[in-house]
Amino acid sequence: MPLRRRDNLLTWLVVGPFAIVLAFPFYWMLQTSLKSELDLYNTENNPFGFGEGSPTLDNYRFLFGETQYAHWLLNTVLVGLVVVAITLAVSLPAGYALARLSGRWGQTLGVGLFLVYLVPPTLLFLPLSRVVAEVGLQDRLAALILVYPGFTIPFATWLLMGFFKSIPRELEDAALVDGASRLRTLTRIVFPISLPGILTVVIFTFSLCVNEFIYAIAFITSSDSKVVSTGIYTELIRGDVFFWGALMAATLIPAIPLALLYNTFLDRFIAGFTGGAFR
Amino acid sequence: MPRRRRRDLLEERRFLAPALIAPAVLFVGLLVGAPLILSVYLSLTNATAGSLTGDFVGFDNYASQWSDPNFRTAFKNTIVFTLAANAIVVLGASVLAHFLIREFRGKWLMRFLVLLPWAAPVALSTIGFLWIFDSLFSVVNWTLKELSLVDQFNPPQWLGEPNKALAAITTVHAWRLLPFATVIMIAGLASIPKEVDDAAKVDGVTGLKKLWFVTLPLQLPIATIAVLFGIVFTATDMAVVYILTRGGPFNSTQMLPMWAFQTGIQGGSLGEGAAVALFLLPVLAIVTVLMLLFARRVEVT
Repeated sequence: MPLRRRDNLLTWLVVGPFAIVLAFPFYWMLQTSLKSELDLYNTENNPFGFGEGSPTLDNYRFLFGETQYAHWLLNTVLVGLVVVAITLAVSLPAGYALARLSGRWGQTLGVGLFLVYLVPPTLLFLPLSRVVAEVGLQDRLAALILVYPGFTIPFATWLLMGFFKSIPRELEDAALVDGASRLRTLTRIVFPISLPGILTVVIFTFSLCVNEFIYAIAFITSSDSKVVSTGIYTELIRGDVFFWGALMAATLIPAIPLALLYNTFLDRFIAGFTGGAFR
Repeated sequence: MPRRRRRDLLEERRFLAPALIAPAVLFVGLLVGAPLILSVYLSLTNATAGSLTGDFVGFDNYASQWSDPNFRTAFKNTIVFTLAANAIVVLGASVLAHFLIREFRGKWLMRFLVLLPWAAPVALSTIGFLWIFDSLFSVVNWTLKELSLVDQFNPPQWLGEPNKALAAITTVHAWRLLPFATVIMIAGLASIPKEVDDAAKVDGVTGLKKLWFVTLPLQLPIATIAVLFGIVFTATDMAVVYILTRGGPFNSTQMLPMWAFQTGIQGGSLGEGAAVALFLLPVLAIVTVLMLLFARRVEVT
């Protein structure tokens, strides 16, 4: 139901300032990334405008031409995709079983898995850093692929459990009565219906991997194997030399597609997140 | 036929459910349970970066950390950051959620802008703040100077003075958590049944009265869950402090995760680092218990 004119205005007056404050850093990244060195470091210039040599795409050219940024992006995507695949393979069956097949103890196990998600990498990175070194994965992307499922699986299982609970049981029962096996019912009926939910899980799991910082900085020091969350800070900031224009371009690029995806899948995320047990 | 038999076994509920859940439990046990136990073990030894074992030293690591001034600062700051940031987040998110749940013109754009801090990788947006708070080219200082609110020649050093750096870090945490808390609260508001609204209308309860006596109490449980998440995320995050100040100036903005990293990874004292990180465990345990209690209450209602 659309609001009346007056309510519309009131909503804008409240939400508007929040949106400005929350989005300002990204506007600022964009503004900075389009400036020339000369303009950027001239304190006489109004920073909100453009001065000598601006706007320019030089910073973007530098970022992709002279640094390993594209390589780190690729690493990030690679780690993200492999971890998402592992996570789905493990969480799809678990989420379904927790939603459907098991009784009381299943409920308890579900909440337990969810609480595991709250055990932060901060508590685990020290012992894991030794384990990673011990098995010879130091400085390799495989180290991240190995440990990331530790937080993605509880998270994804929880979300999937919420989605599966919302599928009417009768649908499956009908297939079972028709003589289809449980597993066949799963792959032919349950998973296809849950596709939007599964897609939501893929996106949020992927973004958890892109976000991760502690493991990435503790396990990987060679610039070849870095991911964006650590590479930009550790490699593009050298001593007192800052390439602010390029830095801001580098931080802005991953944010935009992620935010678009979040916005598109937000309602489904809410449904899965709260559908698990909190209602 | 063995193949046939295996399928029959899978049809059986007794075997199917555990078979489907087992891999998840196994992963979580190996990647979270085992390291957690290993962490507790390490914290009781004098293990260093080169090995996974050390001599058993009892609670020496905990005791020596407890008397270390840097640890004390880190401990205090962790509590201060967490409480301050989450107080701001709760206030902001409950207002924002109330309006963002409405259907208004331009909602898609507004929601996109509001979600940005949550969607962007935190380590990257913090670099954005590093630039915003820069000592020479800070846009905050430029604006304040234009408005003649600060000394032209001696502007505030947001990341160079202890109290201002603490405020800057708190701001970044609150900024980043606000969208997530808002989303959770929108979910809470959306789950209030339509009948409640109707009942309130019939009883003539409207406006602020309705907000106070009807909406807020119903929103409380899920709001608490948003806060508990917020506490865990702030107290255990290292990226923000690592990038903004590295715990400086003079360790004044030190935080437990950062101190654990510096002690355990950079300093090579694995045992002591593990002990530092484990000081977070009681906090997490309390949060977990509260969360379980609330989850149960929400389920009942």
